[in-house]
Amino acid sequence: MKTASKIYTALIMIFLFAPIAILLVFSFNASKSLSVFSGFSLNWYKELFKDTETLRSVRNTLILALSASVISTILGTAAAVGMDKLRNRAFHATLETVTNIPMINPDIITGISLMLMFVFVGRLFGAATSLNFGTMLIAHITFCLPYVILQVLPKLRQMDRSLPEAAMDLGCTPLRAFFKATLPEIMPGIVTGLLMAFTLSLDDFVISYFTAGNGFQTLPIRIYNMTKKTVTPKMYALATIIFFVILTLLLISNTIDTDSDKKGSGK
Amino acid sequence: MKKIIELKNISKSFDGEKVLDNICLDIYDNEFITLLGPSGCGKTTTLRIIGGFETPDTGDVFFMGDRINDLPAHKRNVNTVFQRYALFPHLNVYENIAFPLREKKEKRDVIDQKVREVLDLVALKGFEKRSVTSLSGGQQQRVAIARAIINRPKVLLLDEPLAALDLKLRKDMQQELKNLQKATGITFIFVTHDQEEALSMSDTVVVMSEGRIQQIGTPVDIYNEPQNAFVADFIGESNILDGLMLADRLVAFSGQKFPCLDSGFDKREPVDVVIRPEDVDIVPEDKGMLKGVVTSVTFLGVHYEIIVDIDGFKWMIQTTDFVDVDEHIGIYLEPDAIHVMKKSEYSGLYGDYSSFSNEFDELELPPEDWKEDESAE
Amino acid sequence: MNKTAVKGRRSLAQFFCLTPYSLWATLFIVVPLLFVAYYALTDNNYHFTTANLTRFFTATSSVGDTEVRTYLVIFFRSLRLAVISTIICFLMGYPIAYIIARAPAKTQSILITLIMIPMWMNFLIRTYAWMTILQDTGILNGLLAKLHLGPVHIIGTEGAVIIGMVYDYFPYMILPIYSVMAKLDNRLLEAARDLGCNGFGVLRRVIFPLSLPGVISGINMVLVPSISTFYISQKLGNGKFYLIGDAIEGQYVANNLHFAAAIALILMVILLVCMALLQRLANSRSAV
Repeated sequence: MKTASKIYTALIMIFLFAPIAILLVFSFNASKSLSVFSGFSLNWYKELFKDTETLRSVRNTLILALSASVISTILGTAAAVGMDKLRNRAFHATLETVTNIPMINPDIITGISLMLMFVFVGRLFGAATSLNFGTMLIAHITFCLPYVILQVLPKLRQMDRSLPEAAMDLGCTPLRAFFKATLPEIMPGIVTGLLMAFTLSLDDFVISYFTAGNGFQTLPIRIYNMTKKTVTPKMYALATIIFFVILTLLLISNTIDTDSDKKGSGK
Repeated sequence: MKKIIELKNISKSFDGEKVLDNICLDIYDNEFITLLGPSGCGKTTTLRIIGGFETPDTGDVFFMGDRINDLPAHKRNVNTVFQRYALFPHLNVYENIAFPLREKKEKRDVIDQKVREVLDLVALKGFEKRSVTSLSGGQQQRVAIARAIINRPKVLLLDEPLAALDLKLRKDMQQELKNLQKATGITFIFVTHDQEEALSMSDTVVVMSEGRIQQIGTPVDIYNEPQNAFVADFIGESNILDGLMLADRLVAFSGQKFPCLDSGFDKREPVDVVIRPEDVDIVPEDKGMLKGVVTSVTFLGVHYEIIVDIDGFKWMIQTTDFVDVDEHIGIYLEPDAIHVMKKSEYSGLYGDYSSFSNEFDELELPPEDWKEDESAE
Repeated sequence: MNKTAVKGRRSLAQFFCLTPYSLWATLFIVVPLLFVAYYALTDNNYHFTTANLTRFFTATSSVGDTEVRTYLVIFFRSLRLAVISTIICFLMGYPIAYIIARAPAKTQSILITLIMIPMWMNFLIRTYAWMTILQDTGILNGLLAKLHLGPVHIIGTEGAVIIGMVYDYFPYMILPIYSVMAKLDNRLLEAARDLGCNGFGVLRRVIFPLSLPGVISGINMVLVPSISTFYISQKLGNGKFYLIGDAIEGQYVANNLHFAAAIALILMVILLVCMALLQRLANSRSAV
């Protein structure tokens, strides 16, 4: 790279990481100040781990993200397999368009639209509050699905079509051929899709905000509620932890990606 | 010989386009049979119907007397070597070959023994643990073959298995496949668009075009006695001329009468006359049965390929004697150099070499008999 | 007969694969959007009305002495801030995407991972970080004071909101442009040079036209969330710059679901039109 490019890249990285670095540093601040660093301490981490409400929201988030990502991965993979085989062009185009909607619509509209439906249906059945874990799970699965499909479908299209045929030729039933020949080939796409769904669900605030019931608070909603009031660096401690979790997840998904690339190029 | 596979009146269309039109074909035990034709002729579809990957729209497939139209691929005693091998990239060489045995839940020592046997057969000993993606094309080819024959199928289907290999390797593999077929006694059904490959390997060649079988026969029959202009043109080089059968063993073309060996035609029946380039003798102009001017000469190593204009029709002649461009020569045809065919829908489409060589530029229309497959090689 | 058997088998498999998703997509993607329209066009008793829609265009409020159309002002403010942010993202992002795409493969994957890390941080936290930086007593002013430069007042200005939008959505501009550029065939660039283009000429006549699909999707991915955001303006604008997202959220909190739906519907229609126009622009450019 040329010097100018290096300098520009460095500037961009500073722009991207300075705010995060500040959070990281000030999470270890002894005092409450957000502009003066007055000494190292783990006080805010201790405080964080005493905050049962936040801890519960972390647990909620994980439960939600895990269920949403697993369900959307299964549903999405099946959908991708079906769409890949689909010969009816009009049906295919319709499905593709509908699949794109949650990705191109602003989150706020996806959230509002689901909320309106849940409220309406809830009222039909006379429920006082119709928003709960279930509605949130539905919402999360809905916005995760397109990303899973988008990861799996290209893998199916790139795959050598004669692989499942070879498996059938060698004695597999069509279903077994799918598991023994197709699935290993599209696995990288499925895993990336799962990780993406998990991270998206973990990270989502806007859609959760509109579809969450009072009883079920996820971490982003908890953060929203915390930042409504004056904030203690406790939240920075939380942000720091999230940062390292995300970093790890990204590194894992990167290694999966490069592994599958190696396999692909070896052919 | 025992009939092993029988195709009866098979037709198949994709999206309204007919790819197989009333195919009838008997395949015998322990035979090396080749389906030969240009791309799109239906040879691969025929193979896939036998393999169980496509079902015919009409017609029946019999396997040793039983109708197997409804039998799915995994229940057929037929295995396939796929065009790009279709080796499972997530399994190593050993596991790829053991795949069908594991499907049959064979015991471990049985599997081990059989895999070693077949590895020996395809000369891949010591490659068990290698990843299939690290193998060369030729080695992948051997793994694909080993995997397909380990179950000792009655029939092995090979879909252009040599297309991805370079010329030298292809020649070696042709011989190996032939030997393998002899050694195992498995019926090989081989699909290719390469006529040399088909002639050199097969017991029986099936020439296909536009979803129909044009001719079935031994390589020698197919070459020497083509049934129509398509076969004559597709297999080797041919000069194909309009002729008129004057009587048994007497045919007229290019304004001359020629003695020949063919008989059984109607009197004055219009026919196609095939003359192979290597069967034409070059003689001094005054001694020739026909006279012409040499328009181009190409040196091909074993012989020269020359184009001769005889009354506006361009002949191709292969000769070991040098002649020069613009030289006036005569040609002489022995009776056995002339092969007479009935007129067919392909008459007039092939056989003139004016679209050949350096006179290409003079043509107003692109040549209709331009064959991509052959020119690519 | 066998044909229908096999066809039956295939369509059975397809049925099991596609039906759950088709149902899901209908129930939770299509039907909810119909509910937006339904709520937008009804009053609290679910009677048909266009009042919610007309309210968006006609409602007024007074700013100082002048009467203004409340929601139109909000909408055009949202649009203006979002467009400015998108332009800044593009101007900053295009060069970096180009630099990364031209870098050695290993460097590429490291840089792209680095760019993705902030993207996966929760945007509430990212926004909040800027709040602490830009506050009057924040780090920026602390630093400036050490340099004996006067305090600057940024928080609560449109500038702060734009900084927040740019920072939050910047990676969404880089990634699509990068992924298109990384796939560019190097031989095309060599061919362009061979045919007499200088460095800038290659960029203008080859790289830019070919990267246009990435640019379009980058613009979409920045414009759409910026125009509809409701947290950034609350935190960095001190709630002074009410945006269209804030309007929807405000109506939701106030339990005016019908009017919230009306605003959402209008926003959605406008965005759809914008995207269609962008796409048409892209198509006409690439057709040239």
